Amino acid sequence: MRALVPLPVVVPLLGAALTLLLAGKPRLQRAISVLCLSGTLTVAVLLLVQAYRHGPVVVAVGGWPAPVGIVLVADQLAALMLVVSSAVTLCVLFYSIGQGRSDTSESSPVSIFHPTYLVLTAGVTNAFLAGDLFNLFVGFEILLAASFVLITLGGTETRIRTGSTYVVVSILSSMIFLTSVGLVYAATGTLNLAQLAQRLDDLPDGVRLALELMLLLAFAVKAAVFPLSAWLPDSYPTAPAPVTAVFAGLLTKVGVYAIIRTETLLFPGGRAHILLMVVAGLTMVIGILGAVAQSDLKRLFSFTLVSHIGYMIFGVALSTAAGLSGAIFYVVHHITIQTTLFLVAGLVEERAGSTDLRRIGGLARVAPLLGVLFFIPAMNLAGVPPFSGFLGKLGLLQAGVAAGGPLPGVLVAAGTLTSLLTLYVASRVWNIAFWRSPRLATSKPVVQLPRLMVGATVALVAIGLALTVLAGPLFDVTADAAADLRLRTPYVRAVLPDGVP
Amino acid sequence: MTRSGAGPTLVLVLAVAVLVGCGVILLLERSLTRILLGVVMLGNGVNLLILLGGRSGGAPVVGTGPVDRMSDPLPQAMVLTSIVITFGFTAFLLAVAYRSWYLSGDDEVPDDLEDRQIIRRAGRNEVGAVDRGGEGPNGDPEQVDPEPARRRLRRGDES
Repeated sequence: MRALVPLPVVVPLLGAALTLLLAGKPRLQRAISVLCLSGTLTVAVLLLVQAYRHGPVVVAVGGWPAPVGIVLVADQLAALMLVVSSAVTLCVLFYSIGQGRSDTSESSPVSIFHPTYLVLTAGVTNAFLAGDLFNLFVGFEILLAASFVLITLGGTETRIRTGSTYVVVSILSSMIFLTSVGLVYAATGTLNLAQLAQRLDDLPDGVRLALELMLLLAFAVKAAVFPLSAWLPDSYPTAPAPVTAVFAGLLTKVGVYAIIRTETLLFPGGRAHILLMVVAGLTMVIGILGAVAQSDLKRLFSFTLVSHIGYMIFGVALSTAAGLSGAIFYVVHHITIQTTLFLVAGLVEERAGSTDLRRIGGLARVAPLLGVLFFIPAMNLAGVPPFSGFLGKLGLLQAGVAAGGPLPGVLVAAGTLTSLLTLYVASRVWNIAFWRSPRLATSKPVVQLPRLMVGATVALVAIGLALTVLAGPLFDVTADAAADLRLRTPYVRAVLPDGVP
Repeated sequence: MTRSGAGPTLVLVLAVAVLVGCGVILLLERSLTRILLGVVMLGNGVNLLILLGGRSGGAPVVGTGPVDRMSDPLPQAMVLTSIVITFGFTAFLLAVAYRSWYLSGDDEVPDDLEDRQIIRRAGRNEVGAVDRGGEGPNGDPEQVDPEPARRRLRRGDES
């Protein structure tokens, strides 16, 4: 079982090398990409089963034992994230293959798409599996470097314009992360997360708080938490649809994952919880108010993405088992749903030629399937029962009420308001883009959407629905993961079986 | 660094401060070339800072001296990695700046979409547009019927 742990990182990287070598043979490239990501998904499912049944699976890379060497750890949280992220990346890969070209402009260097996409996957999985702060940094850098290439794919003027903002902000957050890694090492003399969990406890309170805030600052930029989220709606929408979808689904969630690790494993009971709660509330409300004001589908979804990050931060800030469990469930739900919505936006663009709400209308009549594909995830995002969005929000709000106190109370109110406003935004898009009648009955030749694109989107919608049906077992897993995270001992003992040196 | 291993020298600390300070100031500029220089300085400053985190001393090679007089090799290994990463990012940013100059004649980072809209509206003394969500097709003069998207060439059809 242990031999499986490095595979989610190694397989996509090797695949990237192969696809780069086979740049001239697109069919082979596609086959290799699909094969690699399917393999990753299988391994991830196996790891999740193993982690759920027998506790964290740890492998010391190169055979060097834990505090000296680098470890990869697949505990329940990491394995769950792996499963969801590889499922989503696989669906998006099919979608991009279905798009015929991985990019909308004719002259773009498509041969670079598959290698870069696989490197991005490797970066994401490496960040999830990292049991070492510096390895986490490297994972972030891998996925960032790949995302730089993907977001400026084709090098058109708009993409360069928005891409430069994205690149500079990401580099800045990496620098902050690197600084905090250096400071953590200077303060404790180790970067192994399990060992840090012990050593950080012994530091003076002020130093601890400073390190915690530095790390949170770096991760909050990546996760697009409110005061640091302005870069996101400006840079995501211009990229090709599959790229935007996978960025929206995964990259911000890697930041959220890092925040969860920081707040549970490294700094439990830290003093940043109140701050986190305040920014969570602001993220929710201000993000969704931004979405209300938008008239472009992709920008609108970018704002809902920012807004719903607030729910996860809220769950983490509660620092109760129920709150964490709700946050993890919400991450899983949101990765799936937000990716689906961006894929649907891509389909709308393909069908209607635009995502500007002022230019499209009556899609429900001309493309009923597209209407259904939008309606289900949109209602799911808004939290209409019985969908998983409702269950996730309910879990978080219940945890908030159970925590008691004025601040969680305000947050519960903000969460409810955000949910209602999301419903407003979703129904507004529905009314404008899908429901109002088109001025003319379309007598023009109907554009057939590529079957693979629709198929991939249907698969993701189905995964979203499956999350609803399987919410019970999933909540068992997240509750178990949250309990383990709160205890810390399962993780630490798995990494350092002989006790902390 | 000091040979005694007592702590970092003031010179290194000052170097970090100057590099990071200049880097941050350059990052605040509008032109990508200056931002690039800022990234380079900031990156070097942070790398030096990591180096400060470890114990100083002799070369960390087993057999060349007493173990307790050796410097800490781990920060040096980390710095190597992060130098490579910073180098890669710098190269990419340089490419973006060049491409931006190539396409638009300058390498300034423009205002974002919302800012430009707000400035335009403020110039015309307008208030925000109302939400036309509930109206029928004729109520919205701006609605244009969807044009069917141009079919893109499939891969197989190209040759």
